[in-house]
Amino acid sequence: MSGFGAALPPADGKPKLPGSLHANRRLSQWLGFSADGRVTIAPGKVELGQGILTTLSQIAADELDVDFARIEVTPAATPDSPDEAVTSGSLSTQDSGGALRHACAAARAIFIEVVAQRTGIPPERIAIVDGTFIGPAGAIGSYWELADQALLETEARPDVQPKAAAARRIAGTSVPRIDLPDKVFGAARFVHDLRLPGMLHARVVRPPARQARLLALRDGALPAGARAVRDGSFLVALAPTEWAAEAAALQLAGWAEWSAEDTLPEAGDLTAWLREAAGRGERSEVIRRGEVVPAAASLRRSFHRPYIAHASVAPSCAVACWQGDTVEVWSHSQGPYNLRADIAKALKTAPDKVLVRHREGAGCYGHNGADDVALDAVLAARAVPGTPVRVLWSRAEELGWSPFSSAMLVDIEATTDAGGRLVGWRSHIVSNGHSSRPGRDPVPTLLAAGMLAEPFPVKPSINPPLAAGGGAPRNGVPLYTIPHLEIDTTRLLEMPIRTSALRGLGATLNVWSIEAMMDELAAAARVDPLDYRLQHLDDARAVAVLQRVAVMCGWRERQKRDGWGLGLGFARYKNTGGYAAVAAEIEARERVFCRRLWIAGDVGEVVNPDGVANQYEGGAIHGTSVALLERVAFDRRRVTSDSWETYPILRFSDVPKVAVELIDRPELPFLGAGEASMAPTIAAIGAAITDALGIRPRALPFTPEQLASAT
Amino acid sequence: MLSLSLNGRPVTLDVPASVSLLQALRGPGGLSGPRFGCGNEQCGSCMVLVDGLPRHACTLPVEAVAGRAVTTVEGLGTPDAPHPLQAAFLAEQAGQCGYCLSGILVSAAALLRRDPDPDEAAIRAALEPHLCRCGSHNRIIRAVQRAAQEARA
Ligand code: FES
Ligand code: FES
Repeated sequence: MSGFGAALPPADGKPKLPGSLHANRRLSQWLGFSADGRVTIAPGKVELGQGILTTLSQIAADELDVDFARIEVTPAATPDSPDEAVTSGSLSTQDSGGALRHACAAARAIFIEVVAQRTGIPPERIAIVDGTFIGPAGAIGSYWELADQALLETEARPDVQPKAAAARRIAGTSVPRIDLPDKVFGAARFVHDLRLPGMLHARVVRPPARQARLLALRDGALPAGARAVRDGSFLVALAPTEWAAEAAALQLAGWAEWSAEDTLPEAGDLTAWLREAAGRGERSEVIRRGEVVPAAASLRRSFHRPYIAHASVAPSCAVACWQGDTVEVWSHSQGPYNLRADIAKALKTAPDKVLVRHREGAGCYGHNGADDVALDAVLAARAVPGTPVRVLWSRAEELGWSPFSSAMLVDIEATTDAGGRLVGWRSHIVSNGHSSRPGRDPVPTLLAAGMLAEPFPVKPSINPPLAAGGGAPRNGVPLYTIPHLEIDTTRLLEMPIRTSALRGLGATLNVWSIEAMMDELAAAARVDPLDYRLQHLDDARAVAVLQRVAVMCGWRERQKRDGWGLGLGFARYKNTGGYAAVAAEIEARERVFCRRLWIAGDVGEVVNPDGVANQYEGGAIHGTSVALLERVAFDRRRVTSDSWETYPILRFSDVPKVAVELIDRPELPFLGAGEASMAPTIAAIGAAITDALGIRPRALPFTPEQLASAT
Repeated sequence: MLSLSLNGRPVTLDVPASVSLLQALRGPGGLSGPRFGCGNEQCGSCMVLVDGLPRHACTLPVEAVAGRAVTTVEGLGTPDAPHPLQAAFLAEQAGQCGYCLSGILVSAAALLRRDPDPDEAAIRAALEPHLCRCGSHNRIIRAVQRAAQEARA
C-alpha cells in the first residue's frame, strides 16, 4: 500500500536505500546541475507552510558542498517528481530528507570520480568548495562545468556515505525560510494566485443536506458569459470573473431542487451515538502485552472529543485545464500522485491522462479540501476544453464540506498495586477511521465522486496501519512502563460525516486521556504528577524532555495561586516520532485562558532549529485552540459550524506565550516535528484546569458548558 | 470605470460598482497580496488601507474607494526597499504558510503610524481582526515590536 510513509519495510528485494529513494532510485529524479551555477532539487514532498523546502535545501547544499543560495526547488508534479506519496505524518524529513541526503552524497561521489579520472588526481585528494572541485594545485572544475545530466541517469548506489554529523555546515543551522519573502511582499505564490490566459472562475453550488441529490434544475438566464455545468448532483457555475461566477452560483442555487433527508446523528448525544455505532463496528486488537497482574485498585474513566475541523485560513482552491483527453491540474494537495490516481478513477481514465502540479496553499494540517476542490475543477473545466478553470471554495464550503477529524470515545481502566504503581491498562478506542485520503482504494474518495450522475460509493474511512502509527489508536498505547496492556479499537462502519486525517489523528484524544489518567493516579498515590510519570518511564529521552520542561516552567517551585493552574502533558508522537513535554499555565475566569506554554522537544537531528521551534510552537497554539474552543456543530442534515463565528479558533488576544527548547541529537535520525506538540499541549491544559479548579474534565473542548458537567 | 490611487499610483478599474474591493484588486487590479479568507469580515486576510485606515476589502464595494488612496501589502515595500515591518517579519521568521501575513502587515503598518511605540496589548488588539491558523502569533508580535524599535532608533 503506498502512502503510509517509510515505516513499512521494503518488500521488493532491492538493496535498502533511505526514505523515498528506495522506491525512486534514479538520481536525476532528485537533482540536477545547470551550467549557470544552480542546483535544482525535486523532492516529491510539498510545502504546507511547515518549511520543508528550506529543510530539504539545507540538506542538499550540505551534502553537495554548495552555497545554500544556489539551491532551487522544483515544485512536485506528476509524472516526473519522485513519488513520495503524501506529505504527512511528520515524515517528510525522514522520507525526503533521508533520500535527498543520500542522493546528493551519491551524486557528489559520481562527480568526484569523473573529475578524478580526468585529472588523475585521486578522489580523496579532491575537495569541494561551493561546487568547485579543488585539487592539490587549485580548482579543477565544478559541478556546473560538468553539468552533465547523463551522469545522474543512474540509480543511487547504496554504499555511499553521507557526511558525518560533525562535518555538516548548513544542516543544523537556522537558515531563513526560502518561501517567506514572497509571502511578506504579497507575491503570487499560492495556487489561489495562479492566473492563466483566458481563465474562467467557478463556484460550486452545494446541496442543503449531506447525501442530498439534485432532483431538478429550473431553466433560466444566467449573466452574460456565465454557464452552468452539471454532472448528477455536482453543480457548478462558470464565468469570466469571480463576481459573475458568484452571482451565477447564487442564481443556480435558487433554481435547484434537492432531495434532502436527515442522515446525521443527534449532535446533542454524540457519545451515545458513538457507543451505539461501535456495536455495529469493526473491533480489532491494538496490543496485548504481558500477563494480568493482581491489583489493589482500579480506575475507570471515559473520555470524548467532538469532530474537529481543519479550519485553514484559506478556502481550498484549484485550477484545471483540459487538452483533448488529458487534464492538467494545479493543486495544493499533500500527495500529487495519490490525487492523480483518484482523479483518474473518478474520470474512468488512465492516470497518465492526468497531470498534477503542486502549488502552495495556506497552512495544511492534514487531509482537508485540497484534493476535493481539484476534482471540482477538473469536472468544471471539462465543459470548456482548452480553457483553464479556477474553482475557489467559500468559507462555508471549507468549514462545512472538507473532511473532518472524527469524533472519538475512549474507555480506560487502569489498575495499580498497593503502592499506587500502574500494573495494568485496558482501553477501548472508538472512532471513525482517520484516513480517507485519495489514492489508496479502488474507489475514489474525492467529494464530488459521490455526487456524479454515476456516483461512486462513499466508503467509511480507514486507519493507517499500526506499523505506520495507526489512526484512531495513534498514541493510544501508553509509553509508560506497565506490565499488562490490553488495548482494542473499534472502527465505525458508518460515516454520516466524512472523516480523514488531521494533525495528530487519534492522538488528540489518546494522549490527553492517558495523561489525565496519570494525573488522577498520581493524586491517588499522593505522588507529584511529574514524579509519577518519571517512575513509569524507562526511555531516557522521554525523561530528559520532562525534566527539561520542569526546569523551564519552575515546576518544583510552583506556587498555588487562586484561579490559576499549571499542568503537564507528555507524548512521543506515534511512540516512534518526536518527543514533546509541555507545561501549560491557565487562568480560569468566565472561561479558561491559556496564558503560557513551555515545551521541551527532541526530534533527533535538528536540520533547522528555528523551523522546528516554529512547528512546535504552531502545533501547541493549534492544540490550545482545539482544547479550548473547537467543535464541529451539526443538525440532522448538515454541518452548521460553517463560519468563523460558529467555528471560532484562537485569536491574537487569547494566544499564550510560548517557550520552546530543543534537545539536539545530531547523531540520531530525524524524527519529524509537525505533530509532536499538539496533543501534549491539550493534555497539559486539561491538567492545568484540574490544578486550578479541582475538576477533572472528560470531554473536549474545555468550554464553560462542558466544564460545568465535569466532577 | 472607477478611479482611485492604488499603492501611490492612479489607476482606473473597469468593474461594476458593487463588486468588492478585494475582487477588484485581485481581478483587474492584478494584485495577489490582498487575500480571500472568508468574505465576511471575520479573518482579516483581505485587509487593505483606505486613506491609511485598515478596511476589510472583502465586503467594501469598490465604489466606496473612488478617488481615495488604497494601500495593499505590495504598496508597503518591495524586496529591494522593504517596509520596516516586512524586514522585521523576515528577521523574526514570523510566519509559516504566510497566507495571513498580507493582511496582518497592513494592519500593523496602520498601528505603527498611529502609535510608534505600541505595547504588547496594543499590538494584540490591533491584530485581533486577523486569524492565523499556523500559530505564528508570538513571532508576529515580536516582529511588530522589532519594527517599532528599529523605526524609533
Ligand atoms: S476575507 Fe475579508 S475578513 Fe476574511
Ligand atoms: S502563517 Fe499560516 S495562517 Fe498565519
